[in-house]
Order: sequence, then structure tokens, then C-alpha cells
Amino acid sequence: MTPPFRYIGKHRRTCEDPRFVTGRGRYVADIALPGMKHVAIVASPHASARITAIRTDAARALPGVHYVLTGGEFHAATDALVSGIDAPNMKRYALAKDVVRYSGEWVAAVVADTRALAEDAAELVEVDYEILPHVIDPEIAVHSGSPLVHTAQGTNVLFQRRFVWGAVDKAFAQADHRIALRTTWGRNSTVPIETFGVAANWDAGQQVLDIWASIQMPKFPDQTARALRLPGNAVRVHYDVDVGGSYGVKRGLKHTVLVAYLARKLGMPVRFIEDRLENMRGGDMQGPDRIFDMQAAFDNDGTVRALKIRALDDVGAYAGRAPLQLGKPITAICGPYRIAAVEYEPISVMTNKTPQEAVRGFSQAPTNFAIERTMDHIARHLNMDRIALRRKNLILKEEFPYRIPSGSSYDSGDYHAVLDKALQAADYASLINRRDQARAAGRYAGIGIATCLEPSGGNASFEPLFNPKNDTTTWMDSCLVRVDLSGAITGVMNTSSSGQGHETLVSTVIGEILERDPANIRVVRADSLSALPSNSPVGSRMAIMLGGAAAGAARKIRETVIAIAAHNLGCAASEAIYANGDVSVQNYPDRRLTWDEISTIAHRKYHQMPPDVEPGLQAKFVWQVPTGGSLPNANGEVQIYPCYAFEAHIVYVELDPDTARPEIKQYVCGHDCGVMINPDIVHGMTYGGIAHGIGAALYEKFAYTDDGQLASGTFMDYLIPSAMEIPAISIVDHCTPSPLTTFGQKGSGEAGYLGAPAAVANAVNDALAPLGVSVETLPMTQDALWRTIQSVKKQRK
Amino acid sequence: MSEKLYNIAVEVNGVVRQAQVPARLSLVDWLREELRLTGTHVGCEHGICGACSIMLNGDPVRACLMFAVQADGHKITTVEGLANADGTLSVLQDSFCQTHGLQCGYCTPGMLIAAQGLLNTVSQPSEAQIREAIGGNLCRCTGYQQIVDAVQLAAERLAESK
Repeated sequence: MTPPFRYIGKHRRTCEDPRFVTGRGRYVADIALPGMKHVAIVASPHASARITAIRTDAARALPGVHYVLTGGEFHAATDALVSGIDAPNMKRYALAKDVVRYSGEWVAAVVADTRALAEDAAELVEVDYEILPHVIDPEIAVHSGSPLVHTAQGTNVLFQRRFVWGAVDKAFAQADHRIALRTTWGRNSTVPIETFGVAANWDAGQQVLDIWASIQMPKFPDQTARALRLPGNAVRVHYDVDVGGSYGVKRGLKHTVLVAYLARKLGMPVRFIEDRLENMRGGDMQGPDRIFDMQAAFDNDGTVRALKIRALDDVGAYAGRAPLQLGKPITAICGPYRIAAVEYEPISVMTNKTPQEAVRGFSQAPTNFAIERTMDHIARHLNMDRIALRRKNLILKEEFPYRIPSGSSYDSGDYHAVLDKALQAADYASLINRRDQARAAGRYAGIGIATCLEPSGGNASFEPLFNPKNDTTTWMDSCLVRVDLSGAITGVMNTSSSGQGHETLVSTVIGEILERDPANIRVVRADSLSALPSNSPVGSRMAIMLGGAAAGAARKIRETVIAIAAHNLGCAASEAIYANGDVSVQNYPDRRLTWDEISTIAHRKYHQMPPDVEPGLQAKFVWQVPTGGSLPNANGEVQIYPCYAFEAHIVYVELDPDTARPEIKQYVCGHDCGVMINPDIVHGMTYGGIAHGIGAALYEKFAYTDDGQLASGTFMDYLIPSAMEIPAISIVDHCTPSPLTTFGQKGSGEAGYLGAPAAVANAVNDALAPLGVSVETLPMTQDALWRTIQSVKKQRK
Repeated sequence: MSEKLYNIAVEVNGVVRQAQVPARLSLVDWLREELRLTGTHVGCEHGICGACSIMLNGDPVRACLMFAVQADGHKITTVEGLANADGTLSVLQDSFCQTHGLQCGYCTPGMLIAAQGLLNTVSQPSEAQIREAIGGNLCRCTGYQQIVDAVQLAAERLAESK
């Protein structure tokens, strides 16, 4: 389907906003089940220790306390959580047994009438520990001789492989120049304002476990059921729970298994809502923590011939899906550039830190940061303009589909046009003047450029790449569309949302296909027992996958409506004219049936139905990811994501000459995600992604002390930027439709975040360039910048 | 447990609510759990994120940093009390919908309270004043841009209607 569109791409209010501005959202903490009990956690104070005794009698004796659960019982009664990779000796449960592996790890869970009582009782639980050696530095953990986080595993290294795509060594041997650098991505995360929460109830009559959770996770019902040793159809996840932000991390599987076990055992509804420290420390939702050793081979004219990327990622004390976060970047491993050969060595290592969870972009942002720092270093090495260098290497519009060395084909793009638009919007020539004048006045001023990709369409083809026992080749999504007897339309989606506006997406798409006003189309969510298969809103996929599924189902409805009308009007379907839901005969406008009449026939008048058409008017559509379905070849080449959005960031930063406090004075983002279904939603997510990226670049870090204690477990020290740190941002749209999707749309849920950290880091380093220094570690805190500047000043004295 | 209880009377969204509460019960927990006014959200419980913002006697405050007993005798407005008397959206609420000044909605009640506090005292706020007014409220979805747009739009609309 091609433009002009009736509803797609237009400014239209979302379905969701009115309930949120009136305080009528329904988040997990708003759900009050009759007789519901509350959980508080006893957490390890040590990074690594043996549990020698747990005494729960005093806690258990407190009036209002119903149970104290410890690891022994829990390990015997449930199965370990599923890991993304093949690491059979790395067992992970919600509660530790015998050994704790990070500070904050859960040791016991107390159930009481109120959360306050549960906390009182948790303080009465006594745990004896024998402290064991710990390791928090991934560069130590990677070596034999390091303390082992899981002794049974025999090594801290969970995954290591060297991929070589193309003639890397030859390019390095023949190129005019080579550089090497190290960049470090700090341990941050998405840190939603709503912590994770879950409520569970065992329905003994139906023998079904009901779950309400602030969840954003593929295969969540299945994995919950497995860990609880229940059949899949005994777990019912209610997806009609509003989720207060996630951006990847809301995957509280361990929380859910724990609470569900307690609810079933006690025969009472039980809920657990993390407090902020539980969320930051024991919630297992920290993000990538990565050291990149980058090498590049390039020629005098700026042509980048090859990259070597070694990425050492600290996943914390348990694997989860974290090692796979090294896998997704393979689908855009050379960025938006024509780099013909790439070597990539991902290494996943465990330390005694809080485990890592999936974070917005699934590690594309750290990888883009490393590539874009490398591009700036190449430009500096060649004394070449940074934009000219990028132009030299950016893939040309005519070259799509463009196959990159690691096996993925980029679908479409016009990178040069987007960069041009961004430069124009930033008034780049005057921006350079502004920077140079600021420098002349003694200030540290810099411009940052970053161009990068947002792989979208959320496929799982990196799973087989990292785990040969996993041969997943589909990551479908689906939609059911129903037209009732009154002619009203309902779209049914099959997952929860966390702010992405999916109800608006589905109603807009259905309205577009059926030519009916989306404002009158209701969108509801099935629970997991009534749902069609969905893989949840991960991997920047819902505009493509849910949008495509909704369109597919709506098209079936449209075809059926036409078939019913043609049958009753005595014409061929090819002669029927569909307009706004009504159908008339070509050249005979008076021979027509209205939408309502056709709906009535479908629901009431089987004698007027065409043969072989089901009564009622509903259709489901389950969509496979476009281009998905194949396994990697022996060289580790595979098409991973289908669609590739492009962003070009231009940032102007000044550092306070005395305090080094960075201030972003101007921010422009050129963005091409194909056809935008709702531009306000796309822009909103892009603004938010940029703000999140600014946080990652300058402020946010889960810092650890040498003895393994989390030093930033509150919002006093884990610094989320406010409206005072985030500047006004200018987004410049461009539209290169994807040839692979229903309307030409691409993903945008990770937009902004994928390039902002790189752009800000490049801007700050441009500001430091006159001093002859650079900072290669994120976050570039004010303190780190001040110390860098001072060290240069001291040397110059 | 025989925890000592205290009598309080608080005017919440125009209605006096009487209750017996333990001293340690936070104001936000009382509003949410006892009165079931769940529009006010809990984000950090240490006064940084602003998701629990309410109006106390007309000024935005953190409901996680007050005990319910401290609200005795005072007037509180929560997000549920912001709409017009006939139930239609207030100008500010409607402006948030117009600019899509929210995504997940979790920080939204606090943002509305902070912004309403500004509009109650400054009729034509500058962008800098708006950013400062919402500077104590964290949002992870929007990057604040469409929230600032919403408050500007609301200020314009309110000025036009005067």
C-alpha cells in the first residue's frame, strides 16, 4: 500500500493518552486482589559469600507474617530460569542457595499482610555468611586464575568467538593507514520510573495461575510455566496491564516465578513491587558494560577498508539473555558504511555484579558509539573533515539492497540526503563559527557528528549464532480483527505495551485498510491463554510486525466484506467498489450495500452468505518477520533484522571553563524510519531516545566499589537527566520507505538512543581537541572532564 | 500488631476524608492504598523522581516525603482532581493529549501537578521557566520536549480564554 494515506502519517491524537492524563492508567501496583499479601526481600550484603545459616524463626513469629521462603525449598520445587546461551552449569534462580554471587542478590522472601510488615520481618531474618573472593573487573575475570563466579562452570567466560567476514587481514596489510583505540561503554540501563512489579493468584478452581506484571518480554508465559513445572496452558498472563516504561529491561521472570510459587503454595494472591533500591540492585536490570578494542584500516582518501572489533562485555553474576546482546550488533556491524571486511570478537564474561538485562537497542548503541569514535579518530589521523570522511564511506542510495559482510542486507536508505538535511537544519557553517568564536573567547566548545543505523523488525536470528542448540528462525507477531453485529471494529493484540502507543498503531492501520475512522476502532489485549503468538515489543519491531499483522487481518476482512457484497449484489468481486466500508457495483452506484448491512449478513443471514465463507466477520493474521527464516552459515553469516532506519546527529556542546560542566547548546537529529504511522509517537520516542543517550554519554552509571558494593543505587547518585540537562531538540524527518513492509514503515522504538551517545561523546571530544586529549570512557562525567582538563593544564605549566 | 493509630481529616479533591492511620504511613501510600486514588504514582520513594507529586494547599509537593498524619487539616489535589467539574479534560490535560506529551504515562500525573503549579502562578511562562518547573520530575520516555510543548500550548490557550 502506498501514499497518499488517509490516516497514516497524520497528526492524530493517540487512544492511550486520555486515560493517563486523568490518572486512570492501570499499572500493576494499582491492581488490588482481595486478600492480597505482600513480599519483601532479604538481600545479600556481600559480593561473594557462602551462606552458612539462615534463621527465620523471629520473622516467622511476627503477627501478620505468613511465610518466609529460602533457597533450599525454592530450588527443590522449581526449575532454573532459561538462559540465552548454552551454559548448563550456570544455574539461575530467584533466590540464592548456599552461595551468593553479587551484593543485592535475593536470599529470602517474606510474605506478610502489608509491605511494611514484610519489611519489618525481613529485618528479623538472620543470615550467616562466609565471605569468598570476588571479582568485579571484567579484564581480571576473563583470565584463568580469577575467582570464579560459578565454580561449576569452570570459567567466567560464557561466550567467546572470533568472526571474520571478508578479507580482513589483507585489508589491514594493504591499507595506507591503521589505527587502534579503546573505548568503554559504562554500565547504565534504561531505569524506568516505574519499578518492576508482579501480582499472582492461583485459581484453584480452574487450576490456572493468573499473573499481572509490568512485563515486556518474549516467551514470558512459557518460561514462567517451565520454571514452575506447570503446563503452558496453566499460566494466564494478563496483558491489559499498563507498563510504566521499560525500553527493554522489564523482564522480571525471576520476580514472577518467586511470587507465583508463593501464591500457589500459600493459596493467597501475592504481589511484589520493587522499591527503588531493589530495582537498581537486585532487580537484575542493569545494562551492557563493555570495553571495545577497535582497529581500523583505511586509505589516504578516507576509504575505510576493514574494522577489527573486540568487545568484552561484563554481564554480571548470571547470564540471562545478556550474552546475546553481543549478537544483535552483527546485523549492522559496519554501521551505515561500505566497509567490506570486519572481524568481530565478542566475549561475554561474568563478574560479581548485578546481572545484565536487554537494554534499548540490544547493544546497538554501544557498538555505534565505538564505530563512531573510530570514525572520528580516523578523520583526525587523516586531518580530514569528519563529515567528508563519513560521506566517503556512507552507502549510496542506489546501492540498496546492500549486503554487509556479516550477512544481513540493508533494505533501503538515503543516508546522504538525511545528513544533508540535518546539516542544513543545524546551519552547520554558522555552527562552526559559533564554536570557533567560543573557543576564541576561552571556552571549550565542540561539535559532534554521528551517523548510524537502527536495525528494526526484531528478529531472533542471533540466537542460533550464539547457541548452536537453539535453532529459532521465527519471531512472529499477530493480530485478530473482529467486526461485530453492530458493525463496530475491535482489534485484538497479544502482548503488553510500555508507552509505545500500540493501541493507536493498531487502530490506525485497521482504519487505513478498512477506510473506517480509527477513533471508533477499539483495541484490546488478549491474555496469554487466548492470545495468538506474539514476541512482545522488543527489537524495534511493532510498527513493522504488529502493524503488518493488523494490516494483514484487516485486508482479510476487507476481502470478505467485498465477497459478501458481490454475492448479494450479483457481481464479480472484481467489479465491486469498496469505499469507506460500503460496497457498490462498478458503474452502478445505486447497487450498493452498506458496511452495517454487510456486517448483519455476516452475523445473521447465512442464507445470504457466499459459499465457503465463515459466518461472523473476523480474521487473524500471523506474520513472520520479513527476510527471517534462515539459520547462520558456518562462517556466522545470517540475515538478522529486516529493516534499517538511519539517523544523523549533530550536537553542539560547551564545557564550563572552570567546572567542566557540559551544556548541550544545540541538538539536531536527521531521522529516516520510512513511513511513520503516527509521527507524534515516532518523534516522542526519538526525543526520549536522545535524552536517554545523553544520560548514557554524560551522567548515568551503575558504579561499583572495589569490594563489589553498588555505589549508585538511588536517584541521588544514578543521575537520570532532567528537563534542565536535556536541551530543546530538533528532529528533521526524511522518508525512504522500506520495500519489505506493508506501508513502507521501519522501526523507531530505539531511535535517538542509538546515535546520541556517540554524537555527544564526539562533541565533547571535539571540545577537548584543542587540548590534545580525548576521553574514551562513558559516562563522561563532569568530574572526569574536569580532571582531564586539569591534567593538561598542569602539564603545560 | 497493635500499632498506634492517629485520627486525620484531609480535604482530598474537594472532599474531606477522615481516617485512622499509623504514624509511619506515607501520604502517597494512604492516597493510593486506602483512598484508592491510584493516579498518583510511586517512583523512587526518596523525593527525586516526582512521580508522586500532589498539590498541598495549592503547591506541588512530594507525597512520598510526607506522612499521612502530616496532611491532617490540609487540602490536597491529586491528578484525579485536575479535570473540570463536568469531568472533561482541563486545558492542561487536553494540551498533553494534543502534543502527545507522554508515552507510558507513569510520570504524567506528577508532570501535570508540577505544570499546573507553574500555570497557577505564571500566566505566560518562558521555555526556561517551564523546564525549571518540571525540572524536579523525571521522565524516561519523552525527553521532555512534548511536555514542554504541552505546557506552552496550555499557557497560550489559557491566555486566549481570558
